[in-house]
Amino acid sequence: MKWEPVIGIEVHVELDTDSKMFCGCRVSFGDPPNTHVCPVCLALPGSLPVPNRKAIERIIRLGLALNCRINPGSVFHRKNYYYADLPKNYQISQYDVPVCVDGWLDVESDESRFRVGIERVHMEEDTGKSVHVGEGGRIHSAAETLVDFNRAGTPLVEIVSRPDLRSAADARTYAQELRAVVVETGVSDARMERGSIRFDANVSIRPEGSPELGVKVEIKNMNSFRSLEKAIRSEIERQTALVATGERVVMETRHWDEEGEVTHGMRTKEGSSDYRYFTEPDLAPMVFDGSWVEEARSHLPELPALRRDRYRGMGVKPAAARVLASSDPQLRSLFEEAVESGADAVAAGNWVTGEVTASLRRREVSLEDVPLRGGQIAALTRLVSEGRVSASAAREVLEGVMDGEGSPSEVATRRNLLQLSDRAALEEVVEEVMAANPEAVERYRSGEGKVRGFLVGQVMRATSGRADPRAVNEILSARL
Amino acid sequence: MPSGPLSIGAAGAALRSGEATAVELLAAVMSRAEMTESELHCYLNLDREGAMAAARQADRELDRGEDRGPLHGIPVAVKDNMCTRGLETTCSSKILAGYRPPYDATAVARLREAGAVIVGKTNLDEFAMGSSTENSAYGPTRNPWDTGRVPGGSSGGSAAAVAAGSAIAALGSDTGGSIRQPASLCGVVGMKPTYGLVSRYGLVAFASSLDQIGPLTRTVGDAALLLSAVAGHDPADATSYAGRAPDFAGSLDRGVDGLRLGVVKELGGDGYQPDVSEATEEMLNKLAAQGAEVMEVSLPLFDVALSAYYLIAPAECSANLARFDGMRYGLSIKGSTASATMAGTRAEGFGPEVTRRILLGTYALSAGYFDAFYGQAQRVRSLLQAEFDEAYRKVDVLVSPTSPTTAFRLGERTQDPLAMYMSDICTIPSNLSGHPAISVPIGLDSKHLPIGFQVMAPALGEQVMMAVAAEVERLAGFDALPPPALAPPPGVPL
Ligand SMILES: [Zn+2]
Repeated sequence: MKWEPVIGIEVHVELDTDSKMFCGCRVSFGDPPNTHVCPVCLALPGSLPVPNRKAIERIIRLGLALNCRINPGSVFHRKNYYYADLPKNYQISQYDVPVCVDGWLDVESDESRFRVGIERVHMEEDTGKSVHVGEGGRIHSAAETLVDFNRAGTPLVEIVSRPDLRSAADARTYAQELRAVVVETGVSDARMERGSIRFDANVSIRPEGSPELGVKVEIKNMNSFRSLEKAIRSEIERQTALVATGERVVMETRHWDEEGEVTHGMRTKEGSSDYRYFTEPDLAPMVFDGSWVEEARSHLPELPALRRDRYRGMGVKPAAARVLASSDPQLRSLFEEAVESGADAVAAGNWVTGEVTASLRRREVSLEDVPLRGGQIAALTRLVSEGRVSASAAREVLEGVMDGEGSPSEVATRRNLLQLSDRAALEEVVEEVMAANPEAVERYRSGEGKVRGFLVGQVMRATSGRADPRAVNEILSARL
Repeated sequence: MPSGPLSIGAAGAALRSGEATAVELLAAVMSRAEMTESELHCYLNLDREGAMAAARQADRELDRGEDRGPLHGIPVAVKDNMCTRGLETTCSSKILAGYRPPYDATAVARLREAGAVIVGKTNLDEFAMGSSTENSAYGPTRNPWDTGRVPGGSSGGSAAAVAAGSAIAALGSDTGGSIRQPASLCGVVGMKPTYGLVSRYGLVAFASSLDQIGPLTRTVGDAALLLSAVAGHDPADATSYAGRAPDFAGSLDRGVDGLRLGVVKELGGDGYQPDVSEATEEMLNKLAAQGAEVMEVSLPLFDVALSAYYLIAPAECSANLARFDGMRYGLSIKGSTASATMAGTRAEGFGPEVTRRILLGTYALSAGYFDAFYGQAQRVRSLLQAEFDEAYRKVDVLVSPTSPTTAFRLGERTQDPLAMYMSDICTIPSNLSGHPAISVPIGLDSKHLPIGFQVMAPALGEQVMMAVAAEVERLAGFDALPPPALAPPPGVPL
């Protein structure tokens, strides 16, 4: 039997607001432990939460970008569980009335374009961080566990997809697209290396064609796109192997082990735990003004999916459009400036996603570190299309421009990279080559066509490669 | 210095006429405490040094003419579930033994701002859960009128201190009657303001949607003064009322002429001590004689309010008290794992009533039981609010006894939680609705124990409620004092 995976993704994104979700402490990363704490985020007796308006504005913006319906009102709930890094031993989260519901995200990869349903986007607070000290630094071998509450109370948005994904690769593409939307809308920098975007996946398998859902397993602890994809792939394989031997998949939560590249069952089945959700009595229900929400919608930036379509509409090839649309904003504006300055969109797209990106990577710098502007890309593409520099010479011109040697034509001139397109001068060279190689001319004339290449090569050599091959061929044809 | 127990008003007048200084007022209160504490145990912690410094500062400021208002220089006691910066705050629980908060509760900060002298922290039922102050981990408080009896609770320490003169006024907190019931049992005035009028920031939460800080005082006028000092919007409490606070003292001598008083049918009859019912009846007649229109009003859901309360309050408390886990502050019984430490600390740190309520609340919120218990209780709460609204279309205030009985004996109800819970039958509905209510002493029963009369009003109806309460106070002419051993002897200052 052929088995079809069914995958849903839960994404947690930490917001980089100025202050935490329910207190005035700064949202920080990498500072000394417990330096951004107060009675509220340490859950000292008597302290009370006050919601961060900016965080609510951001989640609404994100919900709109994900085509969600913004509930007219929304309610915080307490999610009760005991854990040392959870200071109140409940997390302020949302339950049955989240801020955003019923949206979707259009995703595309080399293989496919598809739409992923978004069930809900809700607001909650992050926990502190347990630091395992001594021995291997792992939970079970640690001599001592310390808790850093700097992260406790950081605004956290959870985006829950519908089980619309059918492969590990699609799940990865979806996660990447989602991250791009998060960054694009200014909701968060979503820095992977800081763990400010984290993934959980719900994976089940079912006989292909079956409308029913199989038993779902939740896998947690993925901090990169790569590990998300690997973890899902490994879980699909595990489940497929189980059913192949007649065993059954059990509902459970499994932990992704980054080093071992396998999932481990957790000792306690969190899937079955009872969080005893109830309305947070310290916070009044939120009410969102409809006109304010519409105002926010009208200020949404252009999102990757629309931008891809726009670039394609400009004539950029689909793959390049996809890369460009989700590339960093500086590269995008370089491309757009180039087109505005008259560059051909296809050529400009190729330059920006190809040579420019590669060169920046070789130099280990970002665009703002080099004196490259859109107008120069346009000038460069013109030099090529007018046949004034060859494709290979153009790459050298780009390097020169990036080295600060001036405009493309200045670089081409200074580095002697302009093609010889002066007809008279070129004809003179062709004459000389023909005179110097009478045998070859004879052989060509007697029908040995391949000798023509030798003659062209001689002309190029005589001009140190600057001759425009097209012009050389034309002159040769006329003379021979 | 004037003799007899002082009101805020009288003490303030003595301070400004030069008859007394803040230091002398404090000394008088402290000497009352010295005389009575071994018997009554109103205080968990008397802050002699801090109070003396505050009294000296008040005297200096008043000398310079920097008058901070009616509370300036007045010795006030604070229930020990409100955070006081650097001063031990235990909630009468072992789990917070030795805990010194790094900040003042907003109500405490406002008291200091008003120039009040904080005498110390008063005893309560552990985490305010109880109706007799017997659930304190540090021993019970006794009733100054009869030391074999309880002062009520949970603000029993605050009520007894005001009754005994070891404070001129006090702050308490009221979740199901914890200010009004002890006020009634100790013969003082106790008021629960509209939910949200006084910031809860720094009040150690018992049941967040019900808790409210309020005054315990000798007079209705004092209650208005103390409330005015602590009420008002606080950005640190998201449930704090953002509008203008009513002028509590604005119409204290308005009288009751033309006001419609609804007598709650469900709060009386069987189970009510006969002299309580008689005293209530007598007061109603006097109020009618003053021009009030007295009518009976039925609020049938009052009969199930107690049940709803004992699901909602424990449910909230089960989460509110989860933070006491031995990880960051207070008691910590180290175990081999974090969860062992948490479990060990909580098992050791919480007393039996707190444990009972945490278990009850956890159960009420559990999957499979939520709808039948917590969900149902919330529905009852909404219906009760609607019932109140309906009643307030017909009457201006509702009235009832504050407590079905006068002070009961120590130990009398400790083995019977349900009998103890019944002590709050008259006070709980106003917590569920978030409305204000006040208890005023109106007389003594046959055992010479105080009887309280309750006036309830709609949300932000404090003004009319206080007017009625002031008239009740005037008509009752209640000037009895606890027996001499525990009351200020005549002729001796305070
Ligand atoms: Zn904080």
